[in-house]
Amino acid sequence: FLGAGGGNDIQWCFSQVKGAVDDDVAEADIISTVEFNHSGELLATGDKGGRVVIFQQEQENKTQSHSRGEYNVYSTFQSHEPEFDYLKSLEIEEKINKIRWLPQKNAAQFLLSTNDKTIKLWKISERDKRPEGYNLKEEDGRYRDPTTVTTLRVPVFRPMDLMVEASPRRIFANAHTYHINSISINSDYETYLSADDLRINLWHLEITDRSFNIVDIKPANMEELTEVITAAEFHPNSCSTFVYSSSKGTIRLCDMRASALCDRHSKLFEEPEDPSNRSFFSEIISSISDVKFSHSGRYMMTRDYLSVKIWDLNMENRPVETYQVHEYLRSKLCSLYENDCIFDKFECCWNGSDRQVHIVMTGSYNNFFRMFDRNTKRDITLEASRENNKPRTVLKPRKVCASGKRKKDEISVDSLDFNKKILHTAWHPKENIIAVATTNNLYIFQDKMN
Amino acid sequence: MFVRGLKRKCFDGEEDIEGTLAGFKAIPSYNLQRQSLLDMSLVKLQLCHMLVEPNLCRSVLIANTVRQIQEEMTQDGTWQMINTQSTGQASLDRLVSTDILCRSSRDQAEGKHVPAYGTFSKDFESDQAQDSSETMSTAPSVQAPRNLQSNVWEMENPQENKGNFQKSLDQIFETLENKSPNSVEDLFSEVDNSYYDLDTMLTGMISNTKMGHCDSLETFSSPTNTASNSNCKSDLNDLDHIVEILVES
Repeated sequence: FLGAGGGNDIQWCFSQVKGAVDDDVAEADIISTVEFNHSGELLATGDKGGRVVIFQQEQENKTQSHSRGEYNVYSTFQSHEPEFDYLKSLEIEEKINKIRWLPQKNAAQFLLSTNDKTIKLWKISERDKRPEGYNLKEEDGRYRDPTTVTTLRVPVFRPMDLMVEASPRRIFANAHTYHINSISINSDYETYLSADDLRINLWHLEITDRSFNIVDIKPANMEELTEVITAAEFHPNSCSTFVYSSSKGTIRLCDMRASALCDRHSKLFEEPEDPSNRSFFSEIISSISDVKFSHSGRYMMTRDYLSVKIWDLNMENRPVETYQVHEYLRSKLCSLYENDCIFDKFECCWNGSDRQVHIVMTGSYNNFFRMFDRNTKRDITLEASRENNKPRTVLKPRKVCASGKRKKDEISVDSLDFNKKILHTAWHPKENIIAVATTNNLYIFQDKMN
Repeated sequence: MFVRGLKRKCFDGEEDIEGTLAGFKAIPSYNLQRQSLLDMSLVKLQLCHMLVEPNLCRSVLIANTVRQIQEEMTQDGTWQMINTQSTGQASLDRLVSTDILCRSSRDQAEGKHVPAYGTFSKDFESDQAQDSSETMSTAPSVQAPRNLQSNVWEMENPQENKGNFQKSLDQIFETLENKSPNSVEDLFSEVDNSYYDLDTMLTGMISNTKMGHCDSLETFSSPTNTASNSNCKSDLNDLDHIVEILVES
């Protein structure tokens, strides 16, 4: 696997960790999504309490050329509040399921954040000047007695301490009966899609009272329901193309030019089942938890419970590459079904848009995360833990011992902590900086700069 | 949760048995393991969160697993054995209650369109057809099993009577659409006059909780159903709970 010393191999070092140190995790602090913006300068996290925290990278310090800028808190705001659905007598969770950034068009930054039912467009803007020298008001806001005004002056802008304000600009509500699992901004930067368990809607960013339903897999008779939508994404370059994955391990590619309701897919990606691995859990572990296009748009990556698969868009009948994330769990599926871990939805991500390097990353249990290098076919397992928090010290690769004699420094499968799961990871769009979310902490790692 | 290091008595480690579905019937432990997986799955389906809508993907995957087991057991011939067991009225009532307990994503409305209540029974359809201004009268005299409704939140026992397995599976699926008349009546037994007075009163406090399907409900006329009024008092606890949530937000 990737280790220290390889010429082109990345050596990952701990950089920062954000979040509470306590082992006692507050429910609201559980991180539910992580996303870099298009420049990588901003890093957003959403949590179960409905809050969004945005970190900003410091400008590079010329004197400290051996490390990149640190990420510090830039803005924190409450994106979603808990709601109550009177009709169903059920709570609507405020947990942020996804955050997606819009490309920057002016001084302000925009992002979409969504919970189970409502998507919101947030504007994050800076204020570092304020007007001073009003004629009718004092500096503290009190009105001056007009009779005391003897001269007139023009108010001027004076610098002030930086204030970052977040304000909701659009609220896209009431379009989803089921729980939203994905949002994806189109390459036209004007529209976006939102997907729930059974339907996908197309929105215009300016219009909140209307959305178009483009996929509907709800059966007429709900008793016949056997498959749900698990993730969806727009193609990075083709603004009429999107994909959605299902709980049965299929991916459908749809073209919106074909018809208004894209119920007929243009392509269906599905790998035939391996009969030797068949069990009662086969379908559950084939359920796709995440789908991501490559930067070029030629490939897409899917994550199911045990593996990461790379698909060539031109080949529907099988993936071009399959990487086993934690195959040692295959013999433990019954226990993982019993404690519900088998339903954990792991995400996956591509490295930044470096044309030479092709690495994919995904999380696992015991706060382990995995990287697979598509070029060298090597892989590595690393751990996000406060014990390794010495900056510029290369992280030690980890290994899980599936069976037999456990070597020194290896961890046996039975010792893995299944409560410590890494579901969300993100890779800086341009540099080798990664953000890895454990239950309530955010770790930032970067490659060792020489 | 998963206790570190604790060995579980389950399929784990016995890949051979998991590997082939058709063979190995001669080994009694396979049937036992399959049965325990079936029981586990049914428990998972029935233990639904009270306040938050259960995860539809998870429910569908578990239901598919149950179906798989059921199909295999049917092929086996073990299924017939189970179905010949007697079914009692009492267990049927329990089915209904777990049906209500498990209401996951009931399809209340199709976005902006006419609410789906109309599909539940012919009575509703005719009512809707008559009312051009979209006012809807509530359910005809409700024979709601109120004691069942109040007991629902305590009801957590897994399905014991296998004889009703097929029925329970159907009931569970029906909750996803909520087509059974019983649960529809229960739905409307909650919806009474006092409920909507409270709603109107508190509209000012709730900025974000306006639901799309409320478009039609806002024009609800006062229900002429006197039976539901007698159930008001039992709803007060629900109302208190709602008010509590609203006030806190």
